[in-house]
Amino acid sequence: MSVGRARWPTWIILGSGFAFLYLPVLLLMVWSFNSSRLATVWAGFSFKWYGELLRDASMLEAAWVSLRIAFWTATASVVLGTMAALVMTRMRRFPGKTLFGGLITAPLVMPDVIIGLSMLLMFVSLGDLFHFQPKGMVSIWIAHTTFALAFVAVVVSSRMAELDKSLEEAAMDLGANRIKVFFLITLPIISPALVSGWLLAFTLSLDDVVIASFVSGPSSTTLPMKVFSSVRLGLSPKINALATLMIVIVSVCAVIGWWLMYRSEQRRRLDMQLALQDNG
Amino acid sequence: MSAPTVFGLLRRITPGPRWGVIGIPYLWMLVFFAIPFLIVLKISFARLAIAMPPYTPILEVDNAEVALKLNLSNFLQLGALQNGYIAAYLSSLKIAAIATLLTLLVGYPMAYVIARLPPSGRNIAMMLVVLPSWTSFLIRVYAWIGILKSSGPVGRLLEKTGVIDALQSLGWIEGRQILYTPLATYIGIVYCYLPFMVLPLYTNLVKHDGRLLEAAYDLGARPWKAFLKITLPLSRAGIIAGCMLVMIPAVGEFVIPELLGGPDTLMIGRVLWNEFFANRDWPLASAVAIAMLVLLLIPILVFNRVQQRQIEGRLT
Repeated sequence: MSVGRARWPTWIILGSGFAFLYLPVLLLMVWSFNSSRLATVWAGFSFKWYGELLRDASMLEAAWVSLRIAFWTATASVVLGTMAALVMTRMRRFPGKTLFGGLITAPLVMPDVIIGLSMLLMFVSLGDLFHFQPKGMVSIWIAHTTFALAFVAVVVSSRMAELDKSLEEAAMDLGANRIKVFFLITLPIISPALVSGWLLAFTLSLDDVVIASFVSGPSSTTLPMKVFSSVRLGLSPKINALATLMIVIVSVCAVIGWWLMYRSEQRRRLDMQLALQDNG
Repeated sequence: MSAPTVFGLLRRITPGPRWGVIGIPYLWMLVFFAIPFLIVLKISFARLAIAMPPYTPILEVDNAEVALKLNLSNFLQLGALQNGYIAAYLSSLKIAAIATLLTLLVGYPMAYVIARLPPSGRNIAMMLVVLPSWTSFLIRVYAWIGILKSSGPVGRLLEKTGVIDALQSLGWIEGRQILYTPLATYIGIVYCYLPFMVLPLYTNLVKHDGRLLEAAYDLGARPWKAFLKITLPLSRAGIIAGCMLVMIPAVGEFVIPELLGGPDTLMIGRVLWNEFFANRDWPLASAVAIAMLVLLLIPILVFNRVQQRQIEGRLT
C-alpha cells in the first residue's frame, strides 16, 4: 500500500494505540519500586519487594514448576505442530483431513474453561478405565501441548505456504527422497518459524492459569496459579516486583530473538541475490 | 519365500512415513481434544453423586442387562429462567459482542496505519503490537486493577478531572470507581485481545494494492468514500478473522471478569468455574460447557473455514 498524504493522523493513532498498550504495564513497573505496602501513596524508591519475592520459597518453587512445564510443552508442540503443518500444507487430501483441520484450528479460539474441564474429565476417565491417571505436571504438560501445538501449526504452516515449492521439487528431481528433502531443504528454511513457534508455545504455557487449575490436582502449583490466588485478594507489591521481572526478561528475549531473525532474513536475502548474480 | 519378497511384503504392510506424519498429531488431537468433548457430553447427562469422581455412571451393566440412563435434569436446570443461567449466557454474549466491537474500533485504525508505513517501520510497529502479549496475560489484567481503582494515582486523577462524574452521569458506572464494573471488563478484554485483532487485519491490509485507491482518487472519490467502497470491503476476511479470534474466547472468558468485573458481571465462564470448583457439581459444569459449545459452534465453524483457507494458501 502506498503512503498516504496526511502524516499527523498516523502519528496520533500510533501514539495513542501504543500508549494504551504500554502505559499500564509501565505504571506497574514504576510502582514495583514503591517502598510502601499501600498502592495509594508513593513512599520512596526501594528494592524491598524484590528482596521479599526472592525470599518467597513457594513462589520460586512454583516458578520452577512452570518453567519446566513450559520447556517440555514448547518442545513437544514444535515437533507435533510441525508435523500437523506438513499435513495441512504439503499432503494430498485424505479421508478425515477436514476433521484434522478442525481439530488443529479449534483450540485457537476455544474458551479456556471448556478445554480445562474437558481435559480433566478425560484424565479422570482414563483413571477409571485403565487405573492410570496422569496427575500434576504430566497432566498440565499434556493439556498445554494440546492447545499450544495448534498455535505452532498455524505459525509454521504460514511460513510453509510462503516457501517456494520449486526448491523442494528441484531436490526431488535430483533424486532426494521426501524425508531427505524435509530435513535438508524444508527444515532449514522454516527454522525461524520453528524458533518463534517454540517461544510462542513456551509463553502460552507460562501464561495459562485456567487450564492448569482444572487439571493440576493438589500436588503441583504453577506460577500463574500462585499469582492468580494472590491477585484475587487485591493488589500486592510482591506481584508488582514479579511482574516487572517477567516483563523485563520477556522484552529482552523478544528483542534479541527479533533481531536474530531479522539478521538471518537479511543474510538469506543477500545469499539469494549473490546466487542469482552467479547464475546470471 | 526368499528374503527380498519378505522384505517387500513387510514394506508394503508397514505404514510409510507419510502415515506416521499424519497419524501422530492426528491421534494426539483425537485423544486429547476430540474425545474429551464426548466425555463432557457424557457426564453432562450424569447425576451428581457423593463419590470420587462425583457423578453416577451413565451405563449400568447388571449381568446381561445394559441400562443407559440419561439424566436430563442438568439441562432442565440450565433452561429454567429463574436459575439465571440463561441470563448469564445472554450477558456473556452481550459483553463479548460489545468488547469485540470496541476492539475492532481500536484495532482497525492501528492496523490500517501500520500497513501504510514503510516496510521497516511496519515490522517494528507489529513487533510492538505483539510484544505485550508475550508477557503474562494475568499480569496485564492485574496492571489495570491499580489503574481503575479509586484509591490509586490514576483513580484520583480521574476523580479530579471529572471523568468519574461523567461516567456516572452516563450510567456506565455506579460507584466512584471503574474497577468492578462491566466497563472495566470491556477495557480488560480490549486490552488483552487487541493483538489478536490487529494481526489478521494487518496481514490483510498490507496486501492491498495501493493503485486501487489511487484510481478511485483519480476518478474523484473523496478519501472517506474510497475507504468505504474499496478498503473496507476488501478487508472483510481480516475483519471476520479478527472478530472471531476476539469474540469466541471472550464469551468464555474467566480471568478478566473475575479480576476486573466485580460480583455483578455475570459471565458464563465464571458460572462454569464456580459450579466446578465451589459447588463441585461436575455434571452441571459439563452441561454448562456443552451449552456454551452449542452457542459457539457456528462461529467456531466459520473461523475454522477462514483459517483453513488461509493455511492451505488460498486467498480469501
